[in-house]
Amino acid sequence: MLAYIIRRLSYAVPILLGVNLITFVLFFVVNSPDDMARMQLGIKRVTPEAIQKWKAERGYDQPLIWNAAATGTSHLTKTVFFNKSMRMFAGDFGRADDGRDIASEIKNRAGPSLAIALPTFILGLGVAIAFALLLVFFRATRLDFFGVVLCVAMMSVSGLFYIIGGQWLVAKVWHWVPISGYATGLTAAKFLVLPVLIGVIAGLGASARWYRTIFLEEITRDYVRTARAKGVSESAVLFRHVLRNAMIPILTGVVAVIPTLFMGSLLTESFFGIPGLGSYTIEAINAQDFAVVRAMVFIGSVLYILGLLATDISYTLADPRVSLQ
Amino acid sequence: MMSLPFQVVVLWSDALFFGLIAAVALLGMWAQRQAPLRKSWARVATDQVAMVSATILAAFLLVGVLDSLHYRARLDASPGQAEPQKINYAVEVNSLLDVLLAPLRLHSEKTYSAPLATHLFSKEPLPGSIERGFPRLAWGGSHLGSALAHQTIDIVQRCVLGAAGGLLLWLGVVSLMRLRFRRQHRGLETSAKFENPAKVGAGDTLQRFESDRRECRADRRKCRAVSGKPPRKAASHATLITLLVLFLFTGITIALGSGYHVLGTDKVGQDVLYLSLKSIRTGLLIGSLTTLVMLPVAVLLGILAGYLGGWVDDAIQYLYTTLNSIPGVLLIAAAVLMMQVVIDTHPDWFATSAERADARLLALCLILGMTSWTGLARLLRGETLKLRELEFVQAARAFGVSHVAIMQRHILPNLMHIVLIALVMDFSSLVLAEAVLSYVGVGVDPATISFGTMINAARMELARDPMVWWSLAAAFTFMFILVLAANLFTDAVRDAFDPRAAA
Repeated sequence: MLAYIIRRLSYAVPILLGVNLITFVLFFVVNSPDDMARMQLGIKRVTPEAIQKWKAERGYDQPLIWNAAATGTSHLTKTVFFNKSMRMFAGDFGRADDGRDIASEIKNRAGPSLAIALPTFILGLGVAIAFALLLVFFRATRLDFFGVVLCVAMMSVSGLFYIIGGQWLVAKVWHWVPISGYATGLTAAKFLVLPVLIGVIAGLGASARWYRTIFLEEITRDYVRTARAKGVSESAVLFRHVLRNAMIPILTGVVAVIPTLFMGSLLTESFFGIPGLGSYTIEAINAQDFAVVRAMVFIGSVLYILGLLATDISYTLADPRVSLQ
Repeated sequence: MMSLPFQVVVLWSDALFFGLIAAVALLGMWAQRQAPLRKSWARVATDQVAMVSATILAAFLLVGVLDSLHYRARLDASPGQAEPQKINYAVEVNSLLDVLLAPLRLHSEKTYSAPLATHLFSKEPLPGSIERGFPRLAWGGSHLGSALAHQTIDIVQRCVLGAAGGLLLWLGVVSLMRLRFRRQHRGLETSAKFENPAKVGAGDTLQRFESDRRECRADRRKCRAVSGKPPRKAASHATLITLLVLFLFTGITIALGSGYHVLGTDKVGQDVLYLSLKSIRTGLLIGSLTTLVMLPVAVLLGILAGYLGGWVDDAIQYLYTTLNSIPGVLLIAAAVLMMQVVIDTHPDWFATSAERADARLLALCLILGMTSWTGLARLLRGETLKLRELEFVQAARAFGVSHVAIMQRHILPNLMHIVLIALVMDFSSLVLAEAVLSYVGVGVDPATISFGTMINAARMELARDPMVWWSLAAAFTFMFILVLAANLFTDAVRDAFDPRAAA
């Protein structure tokens, strides 16, 4: 098991290098640091000296990927690629355009992101599985048919509508909770209810329909027929046999998501004014702060790879037949 | 000197859009000749829900196509001035849809006005007085003059007229279709039920139609043996009803729209109905061109990885794992930001602002395509792995057929059903993604009219008091209908192609 995990983690290195290379090409080759300087400085103040100064202040005055002027290993280390991209492996993300340290900013903002994303994830999973089981229990009846129609209709509604409509109805018309904002500690709860609720509803259609398909696939298997032939009740078949065996395909989709919960949700956080990583990313995108976007891409990739690993490990827990070599 | 009163403008996205439509038509013709594919599509054609949603999609497509025929109007020389040597064209690029919707496009108001309103939504100083009040609209309801009391009667009159017009048009279309149907089936020695198309008319009761359908199913084999085509009866009934609803809606909208702003006006006084209709093209383009970008990449790499194996497989797998591990939105955001810088730093590349917006739209499609090919490629790789071991491929290899020929002749046609489904599969999620991306600020150019930019512009309107609901409602409703139709159609297609359901 440990050997497997170590091997898998070592596979992650070339992938992360690839991620870095892609973002590097996007950020520095498609647009040279000169272009960036020109854009940041504005059209009026652009002089060659101003560009040089801007680049020197931010460490863009070195060659991109190969420093011919240097000696030894500094051929590689005194370059923009090493300083801006490779340092991220060590957790050094540099500074945002407003001068703040990105790493500490990320540390502060991960908490609020998780406070929204984790309850949404757990509740969403529970509600979707329960709804899917209900549909499967009443399969091939009118309830099942309208349930599926409801799922398709819910899938077809824009995520923006859930947020805008939910904010309007719950916060503005009914005055149940504040429209947006965030607080620490227990007072946070009143700010969290609405975004979590909306997140659960927005994701329900697609996931419930997907789980229903998985359950239906499982319910035609031989072992289910055997169980029924023994006289096991329908609810016992569903909960004890089908649910357990359907765990593997469900885990594939679900466990991979867990680490990325830290990233937060772009839309929810920006609409509800929650100071998490999602709104941080959106602010960076709107301000065209490439350093922050680059850091978020890197962190997102690391978390995704961790998610893949966690998926494999969860298989062994869900299904004793699976063993990892 | 004689010349056209306009200059035809073919934007890149127009060319690709029409190219895609042609490609789909060609694929359709190819599928007609493949027995298994034809059978599956015939199953789609007998599905009522599928045909209803296909009709609605076709209506959206029509709007999109009309909006893709662009031109620049010629500028007339000002009177008293000598005829200029060079003909000048307007900077503004318009489409055929803009011409059809000219009353909506040109008659803008000062600011917000509610649907079918005659007065502005907010109080303003009235002209020639010191009081504040709701000024009359420049266009909406201006034909009423001072007889404002007649507004309700006028609206009802217009509704009835429009509905009657729509009904007449529908009857015309139906009789045309019947004529064609009769001509096609004349002389065919098939059962009388299929001979006599009069039964398909709208006068049929639902019950009769149901029993017809059952018989139709029983006779399917016989029918196909004779005409080579499956009966389209059940589905054509549903199509006709959908058409009727569409025609009625269009008729009423035209009748009302010639005197009012049917869906109100937005903050800068633009007609919301016009904006919604213009958004359709953007949605369709994002949904379809992205697939066009991703399809060749996914098919080529998927087949190569699955068929050749070895280091090629490793390299391609590495590529898509890497691309996959970057969070989609962030990769798109980063790429769009970069594109924007490139576009901003090269203003000389684009003659008009429409071309610049078009370039950004295409760039967005390209980026979306680059981030979404991985799923299909993985699917095709898995399928190819299976096909590679089958006897006919082994035999071909034993005969010394080249790898390229095997992939082309034996592997690709057997993957076509997956590719066809992929064509329709991603559409709805892409339309939804556009709105989100435009909200985040990495979507289409802010000058491009799209559902995303509409929602983005209107997002604070619900917080106003009294609130302005119509722009948001219009954008969400149009988007919902488009995506729902696409989802339902996709479901029908997937069911029809699912080999387990075919039994």
